[in-house]
Amino acid sequence: MSFQPVKFYQTGTFTVGNRLLPAEERSVQASAKRFNSLNSGHRACQGCGEALGARYAIDAAMEATHGQLICANATGCLEVFSTPYPETSWQVPWIHSLFGNTAAVATGIAAALKVKRLKGADRDVRVVAQGGDGGTTDIGFGCLSGMFERNDDVLYICYDNGGYMNTGIQRSSATPPAARTATTMAVGPEPGNVFGQGKFLPAIAVAHEIPYVATATVADLRDLEGKVRRAMEIRGARYIHILVPCPLGWGTASHETIQIARLAKETGLFPVFEAEHGELTSSLKIRKQVPVEEYLRPQKRYAHLFGKQPKVDVIARLQALADRNIRRYGLLDFDQ
Amino acid sequence: MLKQTEGSRAVAEAVALCRPEVICAYPISPQTHIVEALGEMVKDGSLAPCEFINVESEFAAMSVAIGSSCAGARTYTATASQGLLYMVEAVYNASGLGLPIVMTVANRAIGAPINIWNDHSDALSQRDSGWLQLFAETNQEALDLHIQAFRLGEELSLPVMVCMDGFILTHAYERVDMPTQAQVDAYLPPFEPRQVLDPAEPVSIGAMVGPEAFMEVRYLAHAKQMEALKLIPGYANEFREIFGRDSGGLCHTYRADDAETIVVAMGSVLGTIKDTVDQMRDAGHKIGVLGITLFRPFPIQQVRDALHNAKRVVVLEKSLAVGLGGILATNVRMALSALPIDVYTVVAGLGGRPITRRSLHALFRKAEQDEIDAVSFLDLNRDAVDKQLARERAHRRTGPAAEAMLRDLGVVAAKLA
Repeated sequence: MSFQPVKFYQTGTFTVGNRLLPAEERSVQASAKRFNSLNSGHRACQGCGEALGARYAIDAAMEATHGQLICANATGCLEVFSTPYPETSWQVPWIHSLFGNTAAVATGIAAALKVKRLKGADRDVRVVAQGGDGGTTDIGFGCLSGMFERNDDVLYICYDNGGYMNTGIQRSSATPPAARTATTMAVGPEPGNVFGQGKFLPAIAVAHEIPYVATATVADLRDLEGKVRRAMEIRGARYIHILVPCPLGWGTASHETIQIARLAKETGLFPVFEAEHGELTSSLKIRKQVPVEEYLRPQKRYAHLFGKQPKVDVIARLQALADRNIRRYGLLDFDQ
Repeated sequence: MLKQTEGSRAVAEAVALCRPEVICAYPISPQTHIVEALGEMVKDGSLAPCEFINVESEFAAMSVAIGSSCAGARTYTATASQGLLYMVEAVYNASGLGLPIVMTVANRAIGAPINIWNDHSDALSQRDSGWLQLFAETNQEALDLHIQAFRLGEELSLPVMVCMDGFILTHAYERVDMPTQAQVDAYLPPFEPRQVLDPAEPVSIGAMVGPEAFMEVRYLAHAKQMEALKLIPGYANEFREIFGRDSGGLCHTYRADDAETIVVAMGSVLGTIKDTVDQMRDAGHKIGVLGITLFRPFPIQQVRDALHNAKRVVVLEKSLAVGLGGILATNVRMALSALPIDVYTVVAGLGGRPITRRSLHALFRKAEQDEIDAVSFLDLNRDAVDKQLARERAHRRTGPAAEAMLRDLGVVAAKLA
C-alpha cells in the first residue's frame, strides 16, 4: 500500500486499529462526520459486497471533495436497490440514465461543471460514475473507453461481482472461468464458464494510459478508501475496479463476503494494484498465499468442481491463472 | 445581416448565438458541417465558454448531452440517419428525464441498403420518442427554428429536434438573414433548469418508477407536448417582433383558401410543391398547399381547420410506413376523421430520389381527377420491382435483392434528373 507506510493490524486478524493512526489517515467510515452518501435502509441483499464497496467509495470521494460531488449510476443492482422511488438512499446528487452510457453521462456532467466554473461558479464540483461489471465491461465499454481516451475528468468505479446479478445471475465478460451462472450452466463436459474468454478491464484501462487505475476489494476497505482519495487528487480519467462478492450469485453465506473477497486477493486470482499513466506503480502483496481451492470451495458457483470426483484439472487451470497474476503484478513480496 | 452561406454554416452560427455551453459531436453525413463549424468556433475562442466534445458514437453523444443538460448546461448536438437510430435508447431517455436538449437532424434515409441521401425516415422513426419535432422548409427557417427550439424546449423542459433536409438544405448555399447577438439574447433568456444535479441541493434523477405512477409520468409528457401547441404560436409572434420575419409556428397554408385539392408536405419539398401549385393556379386549377412545421406534437386541430373545406388531400411524404403506407398521411387522416375528404398517400423522394415539378404536375392533375391510388409511390420504377419479384418466384437463391436490382438498372446515377 503506497499510501500507508505503517502496519497497523492486530496480530492474528487484519482488523485495522483506527485509533492507532494519525487523524489524517483514519478511515472515513470511522468518523462520526461521514457523509452516509449511500444511506442505510436500501434494499440490497444481506452481505452485499457492492453496497459495502459503494458506501466506502462514495463516502471517501465525498470526503476528498468536501461534499462537492455528483454521481452517475449505471442500471443494475446498485441502481435498483438504492432508488425504488419515492425512496432514495443517495445523499448526493445522483443520476441514473441507462445501462450502457454512464461514463458518457459523467463526461457530460464534467463538461457542464467546467463551463460553470469558467462562468464564475466558485465551487469545484467533481464527478464519479459507477456501475457493475456488466454495465462496465460489456454494454458500457464503448462509452467507458471513449471517456478514457479523451481523458475526461471522471472517476469511474466498477463494482465487479462477476456477472449480471440484477437480472438473475447471467454471465458477463467479467465472469471467471468455470463459474456457474444462469447462462454458463454447470452441465456438460465443461461445466460453468469457459476458459479463454472474458476480459480483465483494469488491464485495458491501464492500456489507455490514463492518469490512474487501481483495483481493490471489499476485504481491504482502508486500501479502497485510500485509492479513492488518491484518485480524487488527480484530474483526468481515473478507474477503480472493486471486487465485490455477491452472496446470491456466488452462493456464499452473507457473513462470508469479506472473507471471500480476501481469499480472492490472497490466492492471487484477483490482483490488487495501482497504475499511473500506463505504468504499474504498486501492488498489494499477498500476506499469506493460499491455494485457489480455498477460495473456490465455499462458493456454490464452483460446486461442480468439488463433487465425488474433484475436477483437479480445472482447479489446476484456475491455480495457473492465479500464479500468472502473481507473476504479472508482483503479488508476492520475496523480500519479506 | 444578410449573407450568402451554406445551410449548415447558417445553423451553426445560429446555434452559437444561442450561447450553448456543451456541444457533442460524432461525424455522420450530412450533419457534419454543422458541428465542424461549431467546433471551430469553440477552438478559436469565438464561442466561449463552451465545451466541444468529440465522442465515440451517437449513443455517447446523446448520453453526454443528457449528463450536461442534467448538470444545468445548455446543450446541443446534431445527427442523422443511422446515427439517430444508434442513439435511440438515449433519445427516449433524454425526453423521459425532461431535458431540453436541442438536436439538429439532417434528414437522411435509413439503411439497408445504405444510402446517404435525403428523406424523412430517420426523424419520423422517432415520432413517439417524446421529442418535439420541427421541420424546416428553407435554410432561413432552419436557423430560425434552432433559436426557437432552445426557447421552447427550455420553457417546457422537453428536448427538441430541428429537422432539415440533408444536402438539399444542409449543403445548399443561399441567402439568409443572420440575427444579431442582441436579438437572440432578447428572445432567448438564460437557461434556468427545472432540475439540476447540485451538491447544495442533492436530488436523485432517473429512479425506477413502477405501475403506481408510470402512467402519470408518461401522461405528463403528453400533456406538456399539448401545451407546446399553445405556446408555439406565441413564440412565433414574439420571434416576428424581434427578428422581423415569420418563422416557425404550427403549420402554414399557401393558396389554399378556395382549394379543392390541398397538398400536405414537410420540409424543403414544399418549395417545389409551391412552384408547381403556382403554375397550376395560373392555369386555373383550384389547388393549394399545407406545410407542416411542427410534426410533434401534431397540430391536429390546425390541420383539420386548414383542410376541412377541401375535396381531397394529397399527402406527399418522404417516408414509408412499411406495411401501411404513410406516416405523415396517417397523422393527417386522424386530423380529418369523420370528414368526407379523400386522403391520398404519396410516398416520394425516398433515399434522395428527386421530386421534380414535372412529376408533381402529373401527380396533382391525376389526383384532381381522383385517379390515384390511396397509397402510391411517385416515380416508382415498377419494372425493376416486377423483374425482381419474377426472379424470386423462379429461383430460391436469388442473392441480395438490392444488388440484383441495381445490376438490372446498370449505371443510372447520371440519369437522375
